[in-house]
Amino acid sequence: MSSITRDEVAHLARLARIELTDDELDHLAPQLDLIIGWVAHVSDAAAGDIRPTSHALPLTNVMRADVNVPCLTPEQALSGAPAAEDQRFRVPRILTEEA
Amino acid sequence: MTDLTRKTAVELSELMASGQTSSVEITQAHLDRIAAVDGAVHAFLHVDTEGALAQAAAVDAKRAAGDDLGPLAGVPLALKDVLAQEGVPTTAGSKILEGWKPPYDATVVSRLRAAGIVILGKTNMDEFAMGSSTENSAYGVTHNPWDLSRIPGGSGGGSSAALASYEAPLAIGTDTGGSIRQPGSVTGTVGIKPTYGGTSRYGLIALASSLDTPGPCARTTLDAALLHEVIAGYDPRDSTSINEPVPPVVEAARRGDVQGMRIGVVKELGGEGYQPGVEARFHEAVELLTKLGAEVVEVSCPNFEYALPAYYLILPSEASSNLAKFDAMRFGLRVGDDGVNDAEKVMGLTRAAGFGAEVKRRIMLGTHALSSGYYDAYYGQAQKVRTLIVQDFERAFQQVDVLVSPSTPTTAFPIGERVNDPIAMYKNDLCTIPTNLAGNAAASFPCGLADEDGLPVGFHVMAPVLRDERLYTVGAALESALAEQWGGTLMSKAPELEVSR
Repeated sequence: MSSITRDEVAHLARLARIELTDDELDHLAPQLDLIIGWVAHVSDAAAGDIRPTSHALPLTNVMRADVNVPCLTPEQALSGAPAAEDQRFRVPRILTEEA
Repeated sequence: MTDLTRKTAVELSELMASGQTSSVEITQAHLDRIAAVDGAVHAFLHVDTEGALAQAAAVDAKRAAGDDLGPLAGVPLALKDVLAQEGVPTTAGSKILEGWKPPYDATVVSRLRAAGIVILGKTNMDEFAMGSSTENSAYGVTHNPWDLSRIPGGSGGGSSAALASYEAPLAIGTDTGGSIRQPGSVTGTVGIKPTYGGTSRYGLIALASSLDTPGPCARTTLDAALLHEVIAGYDPRDSTSINEPVPPVVEAARRGDVQGMRIGVVKELGGEGYQPGVEARFHEAVELLTKLGAEVVEVSCPNFEYALPAYYLILPSEASSNLAKFDAMRFGLRVGDDGVNDAEKVMGLTRAAGFGAEVKRRIMLGTHALSSGYYDAYYGQAQKVRTLIVQDFERAFQQVDVLVSPSTPTTAFPIGERVNDPIAMYKNDLCTIPTNLAGNAAASFPCGLADEDGLPVGFHVMAPVLRDERLYTVGAALESALAEQWGGTLMSKAPELEVSR
């Protein structure tokens, strides 16, 4: 199992959409390396042909009758939004000049 | 009426039924207690004074009108800040949700309301329930009422501290890897993790969806059982909710007879790394159960040693996915929206400003574990370990009715001691995590004070899926036998908090 470098941590931060400072990267990289080394221990246990369990209980598709039921009003749904306009979420620009 | 805050929920209910006091009087007594001691304990993030008194007055009016009320109607409760309560600030201990007021109630909350339970306010917790000490809250640390320099456990440290400081007789927690049981253990209170799917997750701000389980916290086994009965049961709004009757937990808590019960001591959960005072109290409790007629045997669960690393792969993987919703677009904080930055940059800046260190650490770990090239080695392997843990439990429950262990390897540690050592912090959940991976029911009951530091020790009981009543049978038997020994409850030995007015 490979160890994790500072550059890899910076890449993960981009994937996770978290802008980390240099200090945070310096601090996090050795910690993550340590934790990953420790959790990699799981491969010792599950070496054989073992069925994976993703969930504690058997999952089945859950359906309900196709009838209208009360739901949040647009005002309620938008009540926690950082910005709203015309009963919609107002978001920052999605496309940049280069895109 | 004095000392209302020292009463159990059952006693308060009886006092209201006989007309000796009212819900308003009881609620006011607890609000006064919060005002007097919460400056030192910091169990609450938000106290809903007006809302609580209005709920209490409504219950009193119903009682006066002769309405049929449930057993906990009018009793106050502290709610972990991870459950949505309509119109009341809900933050999950995070800056990213500061000031957010949910437009709806979680199912647990609507069931509390329907039962006439009065919600005093929202309790402090580790941010997004990530932690074992409530030191990761964005709003400051909660202190253990037994010793204010110690942690109250986590992530539900606020809920358990509220009980132990007599700020509330009942509380709600959520347990993903032990966040009800471990705080219960270190504060000398009762904490129950019901069977996964036995209580609804609708309206619970998710940490790890395959593990999170809301549950009751109280100072006595019977109070916990009554609360369990209120919040449990099928919920069509949660696709993982179990459509089966609620186990007879109240009946079990009233009976508490372990005669003929088979109890398995888990061999792997003890020995090296366990505080001597914790082990001593645990073994005395096992002896006591033997004297009460239980048959005790040692049981081996060899794969439990892999539970912790598997959990710390599964939890961050699910958390990194669940927390993707905090993207500054639909609710919560937004940082850097200056008309120049694009949405992606705003997301990055917002998440950097809104999440604390432990949340960032676990999101990064989860992102790594799920990334291409590592998925099979980490997440896939962890899911296989989960199968092995389930098989360990299945084998064990063929031999015994319940399994037992200490709830935590040590008593409450000093605030700040493990902050910079994540693995030492994670190891605190050694005994509680296997049940979350398998989904079965488990609980922590107070079983005494450790000799070294005079702090509470928890007795951990694990039961098969949907056999939650067995937890209460053992808890009630232990509680009454120990009360006889101690001449009262363990909580009566807690030091008095200095009251400020």
